[in-house]
Amino acid sequence: MKYLCLIYENERAWESASKEQMEAIMGEYYQFTDDVRKSGHYVGGEALQPTQTATTVRVRNGKVSTTDGPFAETKEQLGGYYLIEAKDLNDAIQVASRIPGAKQGSVEVRPIMSFDNQ
Amino acid sequence: MSTNSTVDAIDALYRSESRRVLATLIRLLGEFELAEEALHDAFAAAVERWPVDGVPANPRAWLVSTGRFKSIDRIRRRAKFDASLVAVADRLAGTVAPAPDVDDESVEDDRLRLIFTCCHPALAPDAQIALTLREVCDLTTEEIARAFLTPAPTLAQRIVRAKAKIRDARIPYQVPERSELAERLDSVLHVIYLVFNEGYSASSGQTVTRYDLSAEAIRLGRLLVELLPEPEALGLLALMLLHDARHAARTSDDGELLLLDEQDRSLWNREQIAEGASLVERALTSRRFGPYTLQAAIAAVHAESPDAAATDWRQIAGLYEVLRRLDASPIVELNYAVAVAMLEGPAAGLERIDAILGRGDLTDYPLAHSARADLCRRLGRTAEAAAAYERALSLTRQEPARRFLERRLSTLDGIDADNELRR
Repeated sequence: MKYLCLIYENERAWESASKEQMEAIMGEYYQFTDDVRKSGHYVGGEALQPTQTATTVRVRNGKVSTTDGPFAETKEQLGGYYLIEAKDLNDAIQVASRIPGAKQGSVEVRPIMSFDNQ
Repeated sequence: MSTNSTVDAIDALYRSESRRVLATLIRLLGEFELAEEALHDAFAAAVERWPVDGVPANPRAWLVSTGRFKSIDRIRRRAKFDASLVAVADRLAGTVAPAPDVDDESVEDDRLRLIFTCCHPALAPDAQIALTLREVCDLTTEEIARAFLTPAPTLAQRIVRAKAKIRDARIPYQVPERSELAERLDSVLHVIYLVFNEGYSASSGQTVTRYDLSAEAIRLGRLLVELLPEPEALGLLALMLLHDARHAARTSDDGELLLLDEQDRSLWNREQIAEGASLVERALTSRRFGPYTLQAAIAAVHAESPDAAATDWRQIAGLYEVLRRLDASPIVELNYAVAVAMLEGPAAGLERIDAILGRGDLTDYPLAHSARADLCRRLGRTAEAAAAYERALSLTRQEPARRFLERRLSTLDGIDADNELRR
């Protein structure tokens, strides 16, 4: 079963991090990605540009409205994701708990909906 | 055997075995809803067949395999309209061993699987409670709704959502591995503790206790201890038994709340106290005990004291000291402050309570204010005591507790008049 692990973190903390801190965090992510590739959990994953680069699109009454960014008032922002293949939720939680971002922010684990016949 | 006595036997069997059969069917069928239907079908078949064929030698195994076959039949029938179900029926019929595992050990494992699944931390806390009471304790949705003063449709929806999450997020039906056990057990113990508390000290309503929930929590606690005798499970059962032992003495004849020092100790259930105390001892000697065991040990000191004056406050304060190190919550601090007040006098206790409130903790917790009021009263600071009782009263929703605080308040008013009269 596939799960999407959404990594929510405070962007500000990242912006104000020193070069050494950034390298340390990147190192942890490289290590984690390497681990989940080897264990067979890894399906995909990307880091996202900060929310100031984001655009929110809505269609209302057939009209496209475009606004800057997601909701600005939230403390944590979506910063990246991993798509993993896990046996069950417990397995997925085990993997998610090793994502470096879980230590500062939080990781939302969402099962991927399957549309094919079971 | 006559038809009537067979039906009686089936009734009795339902009460003693239905949860075991359900737990095993969930494992075999992989889904709560299917297993519940299968359980129902199996007992319906028993009512039909047993008066004719006689009660089978192993009723539990009969019920499990009948339920399983009925379920496969049911899916096959539905598959005529929904082709995707053919594969489900084939999987259930094919992958499951022809003679399902229903020996005692695997059945007891299934009961634990059921408990751990219902109390999975990925489910919302109130869903964990509702699901546990529904599936493990076999309370009806209406009974649970009434006990928690929640509308039945809300509660039913909570249970449906929880089952859907178990299915869709694939929460596994298993007992956690050793490495996760302590953490996962915490969540089971917490559910049992919340059920007990809701029964022991209902958060709102006309009466102090809703006894059925306490009894249900104790039953769950016993089941857990039987299946998994971990020290904290023993500690929690002990804690519940010791508190519940005072049940008959906690309210006066007219339903008013009585404090520990006002209770008629001859009404305490000695047998239950003895059982609780021996469980505490077992848990303590394991040296792997935690907060529940320590709270139980404190309750045991109270329970074993012949009267309020003889209470060993030194031991109680000592136990709170250890508890504070494990669980530094403001509630524990508050209880510690009360123990210190009993040991060193009201001024020392008041200082600690004021420090807690000063940090901004427990400011909306009525018991913090009523404890503070009581200590002010004992120090003769009547005006402060009155203000604190008023504050507690404004935060209390439970009727008998409100009347208790009102009584305390009116006695305060009487103090000056009383002193005049005594002269």
